[in-house]
Amino acid sequence: MGLKSNLHNLKEKYKGTKMAPAFNAIHTFLYLPNETTHNGTHIKVADDLKRTMNTVILALVPCLIFGMFNAGYQHYLALGDIEAVSGGFFSSEFWTMDNFLVGFWKIIPLVIVSYGVGLGVEFLFAVIKKHEVEEGYLVTGMLVPLIVPIDIPLWMLAVAVVFGVVIGKEIFGGTGMNILNPALTIRAFLFFAYPTWMSGDKVWVEGAVKRTQEIADGATLDAISGETILGSLAQGHDVLNQGNELWNSFLGFIPGSVGETSTLLIVLAGLFLIFAKIGSWRIMLSSVLGALAMGLIFNGIISQEWLPEYSKFYVLMNTEFWHHLLIGGFAFGTVFMATDPVTASQTNKGKWIYGFLVGFFSIMIRVFNPGYPEGVMLAILLMNVFAPTIDHYVVKGNVKQRLKRLKAKTA
Amino acid sequence: MGLLSKKDASLITDPLADNNPITIQVLGICSALAITAELEASIVMAVSVLFVLAIGNVVISLMRNIIPSKIRIIVQLIVVATLVIVVDLVLKAFAYELSKTLSVFVGLIITNCIIMGRFEAFALANGPWKSFLDGIGNSLGYAIILVVVGFFRELLGSGSLLGFPVLGNPITKTGVYEFGYENNGFMIMPPMALIVVGIIIWIQRSKNKALIED
Repeated sequence: MGLKSNLHNLKEKYKGTKMAPAFNAIHTFLYLPNETTHNGTHIKVADDLKRTMNTVILALVPCLIFGMFNAGYQHYLALGDIEAVSGGFFSSEFWTMDNFLVGFWKIIPLVIVSYGVGLGVEFLFAVIKKHEVEEGYLVTGMLVPLIVPIDIPLWMLAVAVVFGVVIGKEIFGGTGMNILNPALTIRAFLFFAYPTWMSGDKVWVEGAVKRTQEIADGATLDAISGETILGSLAQGHDVLNQGNELWNSFLGFIPGSVGETSTLLIVLAGLFLIFAKIGSWRIMLSSVLGALAMGLIFNGIISQEWLPEYSKFYVLMNTEFWHHLLIGGFAFGTVFMATDPVTASQTNKGKWIYGFLVGFFSIMIRVFNPGYPEGVMLAILLMNVFAPTIDHYVVKGNVKQRLKRLKAKTA
Repeated sequence: MGLLSKKDASLITDPLADNNPITIQVLGICSALAITAELEASIVMAVSVLFVLAIGNVVISLMRNIIPSKIRIIVQLIVVATLVIVVDLVLKAFAYELSKTLSVFVGLIITNCIIMGRFEAFALANGPWKSFLDGIGNSLGYAIILVVVGFFRELLGSGSLLGFPVLGNPITKTGVYEFGYENNGFMIMPPMALIVVGIIIWIQRSKNKALIED
């Protein structure tokens, strides 16, 4: 009771002043507000935007925790201090305190920077533009640390967050008006601005960059490196069929961005979001179908022997079509990014088209563009741009059909 | 300004800010995106456009009464093309490396919308002295944006200004690179020029609300 009434008093006290949005934001984040949103994209649900976003964050927490364990696991595995997991998902080699602490101390700063900088920019804009703080950043702030490599320098993340929030969202008018998914805008900025920190075989394992530097300076250490599955495939190493790799990449015991490795947890989170009626099952399903379709086309090209084996696309094209769902950020992008209600298509038919093309282009970019080993980021950003156009034609088509029906009736 | 009447002076000062060819009229964007990765190239481009536009405006203005209006575009193109060839050859003769950097974009000054725009909108209807001032003013307005964009893109993208490494050496890790700073590779790519120009437009219109159109 104490905190709530204190906050309420503060809110009343600062009502109408410049700082009012800041207090309102904290108050409604922690407690249920008395009013719900009157307009915007979530008009149909009784919950307000903040409640919706908190549900998504809840779904992200398992991925975050898993990412912490995985960070430590990859670190010690690369050093040769521990054995690779042998059992299933609950392998004792994986769920150790040592593993967790390595990841915890690396990932918590990422989360703090992401939220601190992002909310700072939001508060600043709210105060300048004299509107309430929009809660759009709550989910973005959690997504961002999960989709970057663990060793990304914090200042780079901060710069990218400022860019993403200002250019990706605020200039369009804030939450609900943005064309591009802000989290992916941030990742795309990092990718193009600092490519050496976002790709290659050094950045995915905690400490690898630092060790490489120390070795270059003359230290006698073992180098550690960890290429992602997708990176190896893009370089023509068919690693997926070796040993347990396929199973591991489903469970998530592979190097990659912080929170996107465990397809299992992402699928569970996806089901949770569908069950909570927050994520669109149409987009998720059609995106998977799109990816499978593109994978099948590539597999067909291989089985028809249209592509010589020395082609640099051979290994990626030859990857079994459904394996594509397990590797890279595809699952994470599909469940958490493509379904963003603001930037996705709004109509049901539009969602099918939008999702299908996201999956389709993800695999296409993945295979054909060795410079960008993961295609899902660019595919979603591309489809974000086209989402309004898709909606426009779906609505127009609907109008046409009804006019026709009307004519048939009256004639 | 004793030299210029107030009206003449406004021909030069207007395009610098409130009627800027790039940020207000949104002309000449293509070259602003293409060649602003380095400050030096931006400056050379700006000077080239200044030369072509000032002289071209005067020439067109002198001929304005004898150009048949049906073929005026062709006449304008011939004038621009002649001037651009002069610029191109001068650059090749005296600044060969730079002309390599600018490559086709010098030739493409011909298609710079600002030049044809000023010919059409101003030189065809005004005397040579006014047209000259108008040409100077508009190309200076163009130059300001180019230099600002080029400044930020080279500073943040390559860590240097006019080729001089002001931020230190990224390979031997001196200057700010010692503290882990890195160049922003995105800045060198054309999309970032668009975003920088966009930010300039944003700042300008938030300072002067009269410029906001619906």
